[in-house]
Order: sequence, then structure tokens, then C-alpha cells
Amino acid sequence: MLLNIKNLHVSINGKEIIKGLNLGVNKGEVHAIMGPNGTGKSTLAAAITGREGYEITQGEIWYKNKNIIGMPAEERANEGIFLSFQYPVEIPGVSMTNFMRTALNAQREYHELPAIPAGEFLKLMEEKKNLVEIHSKLNNRSVNEGFSGGEKKKNEIFQMAMLQPSLAILDETDSGLDIDALKVVAKGVTGLRSEENAFIVITHYQRLLDYIVPDFVHVLFDGKIVKSGGKNLALELEEKGYEWIKEQYHAGS
Amino acid sequence: MNGSKSSIMRVPDITNSPKVMENMKLLKEIPLGEMLIDRFQNQFDVITANDIPAVTAMRKEAMNHFISNGFPSSSDEKWRHTEIESLTEENFQYYLKPLDSEQDIEDLFKCEVHDFDTEIISLLNGWYVNKHAGLTTLPNGIVYGSLTNAMKLYPELFEQYYGNLADIQVNGFVSVNTAMVQDGVFIYIPDGVYAEKTIQIIKLIDKKEQLFVQNRNLIILGKNSSFSLMHCDDSINHFSSLINTVTEVYVGENAHFNLYKLQNLNNQSGLINSTFIHQEANSTTKSNTLTFNGGMIRNNINIDLQGENAHADVLGLYLMDKNQHVDNQIYIKHNAAHCTSNEKFKGILDDEASAVFNGYIYVARNAQKTNAYQNNNNILLTPKATINSMPFLEIYADDVKCSHGATIGQLDQEAMFYMRQRGISSSNARLLLMYAFTAEIINQISIEALRKRIDDMVKKRLRGELSVCEKCVLHCGSPDKEYHFEIDMSKI
Repeated sequence: MLLNIKNLHVSINGKEIIKGLNLGVNKGEVHAIMGPNGTGKSTLAAAITGREGYEITQGEIWYKNKNIIGMPAEERANEGIFLSFQYPVEIPGVSMTNFMRTALNAQREYHELPAIPAGEFLKLMEEKKNLVEIHSKLNNRSVNEGFSGGEKKKNEIFQMAMLQPSLAILDETDSGLDIDALKVVAKGVTGLRSEENAFIVITHYQRLLDYIVPDFVHVLFDGKIVKSGGKNLALELEEKGYEWIKEQYHAGS
Repeated sequence: MNGSKSSIMRVPDITNSPKVMENMKLLKEIPLGEMLIDRFQNQFDVITANDIPAVTAMRKEAMNHFISNGFPSSSDEKWRHTEIESLTEENFQYYLKPLDSEQDIEDLFKCEVHDFDTEIISLLNGWYVNKHAGLTTLPNGIVYGSLTNAMKLYPELFEQYYGNLADIQVNGFVSVNTAMVQDGVFIYIPDGVYAEKTIQIIKLIDKKEQLFVQNRNLIILGKNSSFSLMHCDDSINHFSSLINTVTEVYVGENAHFNLYKLQNLNNQSGLINSTFIHQEANSTTKSNTLTFNGGMIRNNINIDLQGENAHADVLGLYLMDKNQHVDNQIYIKHNAAHCTSNEKFKGILDDEASAVFNGYIYVARNAQKTNAYQNNNNILLTPKATINSMPFLEIYADDVKCSHGATIGQLDQEAMFYMRQRGISSSNARLLLMYAFTAEIINQISIEALRKRIDDMVKKRLRGELSVCEKCVLHCGSPDKEYHFEIDMSKI
């Protein structure tokens, strides 16, 4: 199993957000995590990627047969965990080229590979830009600075394509996208799917899942996965909303 | 006192004054100001030996002012955050004649910026050093060289310009400089001349004792001329020194002046740098003060916009760590209508470093349509680093646009996590963010070769290495300093 989360409890400032979550992801799978706002979807992404300020009070996160709790964020990233941010951060003054090259070379250094030659790097940039239909010159632009909402999300998928992660978490990548941009993003993701990697797609809406077809759909509610199913569960949620899940959950507890 | 030549002689060695020799023991306790007054009175003939009468008169007046007022202290509002007493109460040696360097001078002045073709002027321990002559005249009429020599050759220029901008009442450093200074740099750019080469003043301190060093620079830009000056302050050993430089610059009508100040001194050094710039109509000045190292640095920049439609950009960057201190005092006087000024200073402070930014904008009653902008941004890397940022606006005209802003912050944690999530180590992420912060100032350097060179120095400085040219034989900072940032920028 690529990722195995066992009885995870996560608190922020002493308040428990994730309350005993279990999730197993194998290579080659796409898992969708759905659920209403404020149920812990982004907290789960933060816990997997090792963001500071998220206290893991109980449980284990096994990734590539290692419990990664306590592993620094950059090490997890270099081990192949990638997060497409819900709100990509603008970094004025740091050019996309510098940023990407630093990231790629950090990963290569981690795996004891030599730094990528400049020519090869630029070729790779061009190739991956085309994948997500970024037409503008990134070279002299600062990371996400002045990018439109759609460009920022495309830029996340572009970075994913550059870094070739084993486990990619897409946190609300569809939010704020028009249908054309959504298709581009979905096409980018689909193009990167392989038997060697896995995706966790966090979303409110079923819409994205028309384009990135999941193998499993999980409903996150009150810090736990309360229902799991196949891709049809997403359609059911789209049709019926989350109320029936809430009712079932409260009836059960 | 022992007889060993290698010992650090903290006692002034005034061998040509028997009276002082007798009082050697007393002198040990004498602070800088008293020592200077004593020297002025005892060696007046030496001090004024090369003067024109106007300059001698100026010296007397300045010394009288100094005797009454002395050096500034922390009780002065303008010096409140810069504790200058620790330096002015020290014992320093002050020479009235050039010294033989302990190193080969030819070897010392190799600190050239790669691909950056400049006319180099070297000042060693305060004295103009030149292989051939004290004054050089270029085919296009530009004259540069030793201030003392220029005074002899061009007395009429000195009568007209010298000492008119540097008000001795500003503070004791300006008055004592006016009273006792012996040398410095003179530069004259004739009307209509575009100086293709930048002139670079490299000021070195190399003496194995505590030195007080004074320089006086006079720079005159004629009408429609253009000129760039780079002014480097470097020390090459670990001994403490106190440098007191006064620079007067006249920027004629429609002339364009670029000034780059690069400060890279050891942590024992003090530097008081007072620059007075006078601008005529339609002239522009761009000043860039880059402070990378130094124990205690005070930059006074006074700009008088005297003619309509003049513009001044006053930019600065300071990167300080350990107990380093930098104080930037900017005074911009809008005395004519339609002038614009733009002040921007940025700084990163690590460890227990401290900085002061004081931006003062004065707008006279007739200076309508003034547009003045002022901004100071700081990043404090530790809780013990401090910045005092103070804007002042004094406005008497009623149709003006003035704005000011100051920010003090830490590195953006959101951006840090974003970078770390891409696999970039926190130390590299920090470095990238700091470098990005400095870029706004560095990118304003219009000479490309210089910009690249400074950019490289900033990278090295952020990485914790010494900010010296690779080619340079000088080791200006302290080689044994600790390394704070451990990344290889070449990978970025």
C-alpha cells in the first residue's frame, strides 16, 4: 500500500479536527474525498504533507512503508508527496524558473542524482507547460504573482508534472475554475496517471470527477470518513446533497 | 608601553610634538574630541599647510563650533538610537601625513568589479594614492584626483563651491571634518560631458592600530553632464577604525548623477558618511546605499532640490547581522516647484543587529506640485534584531503629494511552506525569500555589470560568506566569522 492512514487524530490550537480517520491508497488508484465545508478535508492534506501547526495527537501515517509523522515537509515532498494548493501562494521576486529549478534539483539531490543541466531543464519546462496549456512565458514571472485564478491552478498541475510525484493531493483544484480551465487541469492530471502513482482528489463537487474518474469516493464528515464507495457515490452526492449523509451519521452515533 | 613593534599601539604616536610626548600618559585617557582639539591647536600649521585662505578661515570657524558643541551624543534627538559615545570616547590615532602601507599598494588595489570598466581612485587610510600624479585630466576635460592638489590648481572652484553644502552646524562630525581634513577626492565634470566610465573610489583602511580617518570629497557636475560614482568603504584588517567622510556634490542644470555607496567594513569599524547633494533644475540624482557589513555605520544623506523639475531617487539596502548597526538619515528638501523624490530603503536584520531609518521630507512654501514618496521595509530574522523607522514630513506648500510607509515583518510563513512542499529545504526557502526581498533595490542599479556584481555580493552575504570579489586579495571582513546560511546559490 502506498499510503495507509490509521486512526488519525489531528488538532489545531487544541481543537480536534480529524477524529480517527482511516484511509488506504494503493498505487494506480484515484481516491476522491468529498464532504461539506469545515469537515477536515484540507486538514487531512496538511497532515499528510507535514504542515506545521497541525498537531497529530494519535494515529499513524504510513507512506512507502515508513511512518512519516515527524518527517519534515521538504523530505515528504522529496519522497514524492505533492500538494496542489487550494490557494497557491504568491512569492514576489522569486522567478518561476528559479523556483522550479531549485525544487527539481532539491529532489534530485535527495535521490543522489546530479543537478539537471540548464538546457535539459528548459526543455522540460516547455514540454510540461504545453501539457497544461500555459502559453505565457514563465521564465521572468514571479511565482504565482499576478496570475489569474485559472493560471494559478494550471501552474500547480504544471509543477506536479515537473516533479512527477508518487502521491498527488489535489486540494479543491476545481474551485474558481471555468469549464475550459477545468478540462485543461483534468487533462493534465489524467495524462500523469500511471500504475506507479496515486491521486487524492479533494473536492466539493462531482464536476471535476467527470473528468478525473475516481476509483473510490469517500465522504468526510466530522473528522472521519463516514461513507466510502465507487464513482457512483459522487453522482449520488451531487444529486441528493450531503444532508442524508449527515442524518445517517447522526442516527448511527 | 613595551618596545615591541607588533603590539597594538593604542596610544597616539605624535612624535613630532614634544609637548604631546611629555603628556603621553595623560593622552591615554583622552577621548577623540579632546585629542582632535589639542591637535588642531598644536599643529595648526601642518593642518593648514596646503590651504587657500578661504579654507583656512572655514577651518577656524568649524573648530570653534566643534569646541562649543563637540560630537553628538545619544541625548541628541537625531542620535537617540545610535550610541556613538562608545566610539567618540575611544582613543584613536589621527595622522596628518600619509603613511607607508604595510602591504604593497599595487597589490591592494585589485578589487575590480569584473567586466565593469572604471577609473579607480584609491584612498589608503584617508590619503589619495596614485602611481603618477595627484590629479588626472581626461581628454574630455574631466578632472579627478586628490582634493589637496585640486585646491592648489583650481582655487577659484574651491572658493565657489567648497564647504557651501556641508553645514558645520549639522553635527560635530561635519565640523571636525571641515576643521581638520587633509585629503579626499575632487571630481569635476565639465558642462555637456557625458562621463562614460564610472569613477570608483576605493577607500581602504589598513593600519595595525586604532585609526581615526577623515576624507573630504568635492564633486561638481556641470550643466547637461552625466556621471556615475561608486564609493566603496572596505577595511582589510581586524583593527577598529572610525572613518568620517564628508562629500559635497553639485549637480548642475539638467545633469544626471548616479551614486553607489558600498559599505563592507569589519565589525570593529565605525563609519560616519555625510553626503550633501545640491540639485539644479531638471537634474536627476540616483543614490544607492548598499550596506553589507560594518560595526557602526551612519549615513547622512542630504539632498536639496533647488531647481524646478529636479528628481532624486534615494535607495538603500542593508544586510546586517551579529551586533552590527546601521543608521540611515535621509533629509530631502524640496525648495522648488515640480520636483519629485523617491526614497526606498530595505533591510534584513539577523542576530542582534539593529538599524535606524529616518526619512525627513521638507517642502518649502513655493515648492508646489511636489511629489515625494518614502518607504522603508524590514525583515527581522530574530526577536533580538531591532529597527527604528521614523518618517517625518514638514510641508508648507498646499498642492503637494507626499506619502510614506514602513513595514517590519518576518519571512512569509505561507511562502515558506509552499516552497518546502516542493522539496526546497527551509534554509534554501529562507534564502530565496530574503533574496527576493532585496531584488527590488538591486534591480534599480542601472549599470548592468555592476548590478550583476552587487547581486552576487548579496547572494554571498545572505549565504554568510564574505562579500568580496573573488579576484580580490583583500579579506575585508573577518574570515573567522560564523556561517549563518549554508546553501549553494549556484544551484538556484
